[in-house]
Amino acid sequence: MTTSQIIKENQTGSFDVEIVRKDFPLLKRMVHGKPLVYLDNAATSQKPLSVIEAIERYYSEENANIHRGVHWLSERATEAYEDSRARIARYINAAKPQEVIFTRGTTESINLVAFSWGWKNLRDGDEVLISAMEHHSNIVPWQMICAKTGAKLRVIPVSDNGDILLDEYRNLLNPKTRIVAVTHVSNVLGTVNPIAEMVQWAHDNGSLFLLDGAQSIPHMDVNVRDLDCDFFAFSGHKLFGPTGIGVLYGKFALLEEMDPYQGGGDMIRSVTFEKTIYNSVPHKFEAGTPHIAGGIGLGEAIVYLEKLNRHAAEIHETNLLHYGESLLRHIPGVRIIGNAKEKAGAISFLMDGVHPHDIGTILDQEGIAIRTGHHCCQPLMERFGIPATARASLAFYNSREDLDALAEALGKVRDIFHY
Amino acid sequence: MSDLRDLYQEVILDHSKNPRNFRKSETANRTAVGYNPLCGDKMTLFITVENGIVTDASFQGSGCAISTASASMMTESLKGKSEEEADELFRQFQNMVTAPMDQEPDTEALGKLRVFAGVREFPARVKCASLAWHTLEAAIHGESEEPVSTE
Repeated sequence: MTTSQIIKENQTGSFDVEIVRKDFPLLKRMVHGKPLVYLDNAATSQKPLSVIEAIERYYSEENANIHRGVHWLSERATEAYEDSRARIARYINAAKPQEVIFTRGTTESINLVAFSWGWKNLRDGDEVLISAMEHHSNIVPWQMICAKTGAKLRVIPVSDNGDILLDEYRNLLNPKTRIVAVTHVSNVLGTVNPIAEMVQWAHDNGSLFLLDGAQSIPHMDVNVRDLDCDFFAFSGHKLFGPTGIGVLYGKFALLEEMDPYQGGGDMIRSVTFEKTIYNSVPHKFEAGTPHIAGGIGLGEAIVYLEKLNRHAAEIHETNLLHYGESLLRHIPGVRIIGNAKEKAGAISFLMDGVHPHDIGTILDQEGIAIRTGHHCCQPLMERFGIPATARASLAFYNSREDLDALAEALGKVRDIFHY
Repeated sequence: MSDLRDLYQEVILDHSKNPRNFRKSETANRTAVGYNPLCGDKMTLFITVENGIVTDASFQGSGCAISTASASMMTESLKGKSEEEADELFRQFQNMVTAPMDQEPDTEALGKLRVFAGVREFPARVKCASLAWHTLEAAIHGESEEPVSTE
């Protein structure tokens, strides 16, 4: 038996959500006199105490600027920050730590690729291919670079169930397609896209593939080398880490070819008024003093996830999703938006005669936090002919009781609106 | 604790389910589009002004209970008002839903529209209640071709 098999065996053990919940201080609080039921994890996740303490420890014991100082404290801070980078690289199975670039979040990661890679490589008549279920952050940067370069943005449609139409994808791929940028998991529909297959097709077509992992990595193990995507973007704050920090993974050879995204300190090797020589990957993409505490906090979030029984947590979450969907389906007048073959994380729904915003307000009074609105996916809302949805989104620390509370509160919504 | 019954009063629920003056107007000489990007609410407001008096007001669009009821009741209250009186209604309504809780805003002119006073306790919903009113201001004073946004 190999080491990884042994680990896998051990990981099929139990998962006690009540014990896990104790690690997240915020889950203990009351809202409007009721215990908080937090079902807005797709917007941001709560943080385990270990992450909060790591940030506090950094500021109270290790704070110094990195990569420059010769003093002990600076060396200590640099080591902690770079350790985080290495840990993240291992967690997503990057080939080396240099393939992990720290950004402010998924949005900046995608902008970095659009403006650095796109500016250099896109020409008039080229095509960028995205899907109809993209978040605005995987639409607008491409529109902006297309407007500058003359490239054209094309869109893979989705079915009424919320699945990407793979035949249409195959038809849209053509010699002009330079890059495909698609989300791993839809923040609205919960759809898990068949990424390995989609990447393969893109590569067979000679196109690069950027994977938006903001909504996938909090729910599943992501192995960038197995998926073979060229870029992978995600946010720290949705992965139980701090806000303001995120990651762009890129294949090393591609990153080496790309130009810096911003100029400034830390991204240079030498500067004269005549010529600047850029620093190496990843530092050439990290101009200025970074969010050091954020990087360290995100590393600590990954330490937490590594200690967690990930396999059992994933099963727990999948069971929760099915449980929540079946509860909602039994409430008269409730319709689930997004019934893809494979789903993770999010349950979007509508209620006859009640606008999602009103649902959100009434649930809030019961201490239940959900998201209502277009979820930064206006084109997707248009595709389904709806202005908004209500969305309950899960994390491994959610329990069946959370979903029971949701269903019960939806009954109150019906009472108030007399349906 | 804020009470949901203050927000979702029967009058408001009635107007949200059966909005009055929910129609396009061919005779309108003032129109404006209002948009709340937060919740995707959109409405088009049609106002007919003759000799400085609002003779007809109607609207179309989709929105939450609060914004629909607010538009419905606003169109009812506008008919027969002068443009100055409409401006004063806007000012008092805006005050009523945004004034700090320890203040007693002047709602003299508002009449039935006072049912929206409860919105003040729900800061996230103030924009829903005031969307129709901001759209009205744009329709009357017509400064911009762009949709009015609550953001």
